[in-house]
Amino acid sequence: MSTTDTDAPDSGASDAAARALSTAPVEEAEPESGSGDGPAGGPRLGVLGWARWFWRQLTSMRVALILLFLLSLAAIPGSIIPQTSTNPVKVSDFLKSHSVLGPVYTKLGLFHVYSSVWFSAIYILLFVSLAGCILPRSWQFIGQLRGNPPRAPRKLDRMPAYATWVTDAAPDDVLTAARGTLRRRRYRVAPGEGSLAAEKGYLREAGNLVFHIALFGLLIAFAWGTLWKSDGTKLVVPGPAGGFTNNQTQYDDLSHGALFNPDDMAHFGLTLDDFHAAYQTSGPTKGTPTTFYADVTYFGADNKDHKTRIRVNDPLNIEGNKIYLTSHGYAMNVTVKDGKGNVAYSGPVPFLPEDGNLTSQGVIKVPDAVDSKGKPEQLGFAGLFTPTTTIDPVMGPQSTFPALKNPTLFLTAYYGDLGMDAGLPQNVYVLDTASKNLHQFTVGGQPLKMPMVVGDTLKLPNGAGSITLDGVSQWADFEIVHQPGIDLALGSALAMLVGLAASLFIQRRRIWVRALPGADGRTVVELAGLGRTESPKAAEELARLVDVVHAQAPSVPEEPASPSTTAPEDSSDKEHA
Amino acid sequence: MIDIAAGVNEQFANLSNYLVYSAMAVYTLAFLAHIAEWTFGSRSKVARSSAALPAGSGTSAPAVKVTKRGGGTAVLERPKVVTRGGDDRGIEDGKGAAGGDEQGELYGRIAISLTVLAFALHFGAVVFRGLSVDRAPWGNMYEFSVTLGLVAVAAYLVLLALGRSVRWIGLFLVTAVLLDLGLAVSVLYTSSDQLVPALHSYWLWIHVSCAIICGAIFHLGAVATILYLFRDRYEVALAAGRANGRFASVWARLPAAATLDKFAYRINAAVFPLWTFTIMAGSIWAESAWGRYWGWDPTETWSFITWVAYACYLHARATAGWKGRKAAYLALIGFACFLFNYYGVNVFIVGKHSYAGV
Ligand code: HEM
Repeated sequence: MSTTDTDAPDSGASDAAARALSTAPVEEAEPESGSGDGPAGGPRLGVLGWARWFWRQLTSMRVALILLFLLSLAAIPGSIIPQTSTNPVKVSDFLKSHSVLGPVYTKLGLFHVYSSVWFSAIYILLFVSLAGCILPRSWQFIGQLRGNPPRAPRKLDRMPAYATWVTDAAPDDVLTAARGTLRRRRYRVAPGEGSLAAEKGYLREAGNLVFHIALFGLLIAFAWGTLWKSDGTKLVVPGPAGGFTNNQTQYDDLSHGALFNPDDMAHFGLTLDDFHAAYQTSGPTKGTPTTFYADVTYFGADNKDHKTRIRVNDPLNIEGNKIYLTSHGYAMNVTVKDGKGNVAYSGPVPFLPEDGNLTSQGVIKVPDAVDSKGKPEQLGFAGLFTPTTTIDPVMGPQSTFPALKNPTLFLTAYYGDLGMDAGLPQNVYVLDTASKNLHQFTVGGQPLKMPMVVGDTLKLPNGAGSITLDGVSQWADFEIVHQPGIDLALGSALAMLVGLAASLFIQRRRIWVRALPGADGRTVVELAGLGRTESPKAAEELARLVDVVHAQAPSVPEEPASPSTTAPEDSSDKEHA
Repeated sequence: MIDIAAGVNEQFANLSNYLVYSAMAVYTLAFLAHIAEWTFGSRSKVARSSAALPAGSGTSAPAVKVTKRGGGTAVLERPKVVTRGGDDRGIEDGKGAAGGDEQGELYGRIAISLTVLAFALHFGAVVFRGLSVDRAPWGNMYEFSVTLGLVAVAAYLVLLALGRSVRWIGLFLVTAVLLDLGLAVSVLYTSSDQLVPALHSYWLWIHVSCAIICGAIFHLGAVATILYLFRDRYEVALAAGRANGRFASVWARLPAAATLDKFAYRINAAVFPLWTFTIMAGSIWAESAWGRYWGWDPTETWSFITWVAYACYLHARATAGWKGRKAAYLALIGFACFLFNYYGVNVFIVGKHSYAGV
């Protein structure tokens, strides 16, 4: 005898009524060899037979268990080996330092475990198994809902909770009393001949099914989100010129799912009005940010301007996209004049932070400048910016705090060809100082170098122009995410939670009452309860029922005849078997 | 978003530290008292005649008891409900640590009183830690560990107060809490401070407090499971008539294997939905903080692994041939995953979930 049913006590398991307190699939016994319907009888199995056998295996609890276990095992490598999706830099470092392991890992898909063939195979099999398990269970459960609780089994004393006594009350009175009480306790009651069958806690099974079905919802939401997702970043400097509109070309970088279509991108945009940051001013974590937020003006499909504040943990939700504040840094507001005294560039230039105290580096490229003779000559500046400046005798200028307490910009200047016209994509944060077409401005054989504070102007040699530091502002880096399917994911998650709670906290239980005239003409009352073995509840509930029924059909003070031998088989049992 | 008046109340922070050390001192006393309880208990008859013999299971014919009172009137008691377990061997629960020994019993009660006292100090430590920075006191691993220990003891004391027979867990729990606190104050210690903006969120209250409760209660479940494994082996030996191993007298005083198994199951099954919720709350927080609700970050991955391992356990309980010891191993694997997620991932694997200064 093999069963998956926790509820059936060993001795009572043979009773049909005791089984199926849940619709869990019953484990198949190993087919005997030569029986012709199992794998051992291989030669006699047709393709269909094998398919059926395979399907039965796949949808068994045992295989579900094994697949679940495999799934948890398979998830492990992805947490230990760097993953391209989360940390591509680490992956390439790994590849560089492991010339043997690297290619093997690549072959095995270990750098993208969660989208690898083998990981997918496990969860797809699991979900197929789940479908094969859930569908029949759902039908079976609907059948149970429409039918009646199973009739009282013949041997009630084999049930996990049992009570009996002999009374002078008529059998019908006993049953009526029991029935009323059970109904009041919201049991579903079905009368039999000389007996009652009652059941309660159907929500447990319903919850279990809801939980498992919601897993599908979650899977679909996940797939949907992955395939159509887009996720990009954009560094935004303050002011209208630095604004962002949602367009593939506007992103600093954009990654997206396989089915993403740039034509479907929503219409919206924003400009940064102001950025605020505050830092821990003392203690061991001095300098760590305590708060930062960006004040922005944005527009959506309505093309109207709205003002809002975006904080960490609190993205702007717009046209189905979310805009997160991810990082920030300083931008130099500079004005560059060329050899003719014309303003060749004016505006903010973002510098990238290098450390927690926002020591920052950046370059200023001025392609449209002319020299003092009016000949086109491009200008470039490489800079180091320290918001709270100290000069370390060895390391040079450094920042010791991230806020603007003592800001200084250190610049060196170049002229010649910035290489921007070559049409090659250029990193805006790097100046190709190694290029032989780019020359450094020097003074007396030494590179031109000057620490500047706000308001300072650096004059370039030979009347080549000047650069003025007008001010320092802060830029913000935003991550713009479009992930569809999120509502489905949340809904499924909630359904899972509710289903799970119902499934684990509600007890499904049955009570049978039998009252039949005994050999001496007195009524033999038998009550039995069946519930999960983990819970003493079935026994407690039965005890309360016994109290009520006993009060109305008190026992007669005599040793009762052994009930299980006198109770005739419930006639309805036969139809049932 | 909580804007922080970047202060740390040093007085409260120091007070919190003193309270943690005091609590550890008192837990140590409770530990010694429990040891005394078990030691005295081993003298007792129950422990020596280590055979907690199978009590007759419910096969005896139930009957209506009739009690005759003085006047000769028959007063009828209600019929007894006879129960028979599905899986248990019909072996009765052990008599508890003291094994009926009076002195052992006394020490047992002393141990519990000391645990209550230590709990009060421990509670104070957590409260003052929180007050010193005006935020939830679980923003780093040190605080997480200290609070987790507190919740584990609280759960135990609540079960005791509800009249559940859980005294057998006392020694093992106090030992584990001492280890937890020892690790916290030595390796994980971080002085009181404010949090980085990414942790300023009410989800910190919700997600992390749920994680702490789950950890503490899974921990109780794991202790029960381990004891189940020992007691189960002891019962098998008992049935084979060779139950006189070194610790037989300890196992004899534990509840029956079936009782321990049920206790562990109920604990694990009860927290499983909360653990599910913890992961979901984490996802919601991740969605608002990092722009995706699930990204296979190491901590996320290990939460998932832990979740699947416990789901495996729940399935195993419902699968023929997997109940009992095999299911117990799965539960322990689940708990090991939880621990690894907490210590292993935070310390050895760096993901997005880096706590402020470990
Ligand atoms: C996709 C992965 C799955 C997960 C995460 C999962 C999770 C769970 C959980 C947490 C429970 C416990 C709730 C309870 O005991 O009522 C449960 C119960 C159950 N699961 Fe699954 N399950 C999965 C797949 C499956 C599959 C493939 C089957 C069928 C072969 C299955 C059949 C069952 C059954 C019958 C129960 C109820 C057991 C009982 O009566 O106690 N599950 N599942």
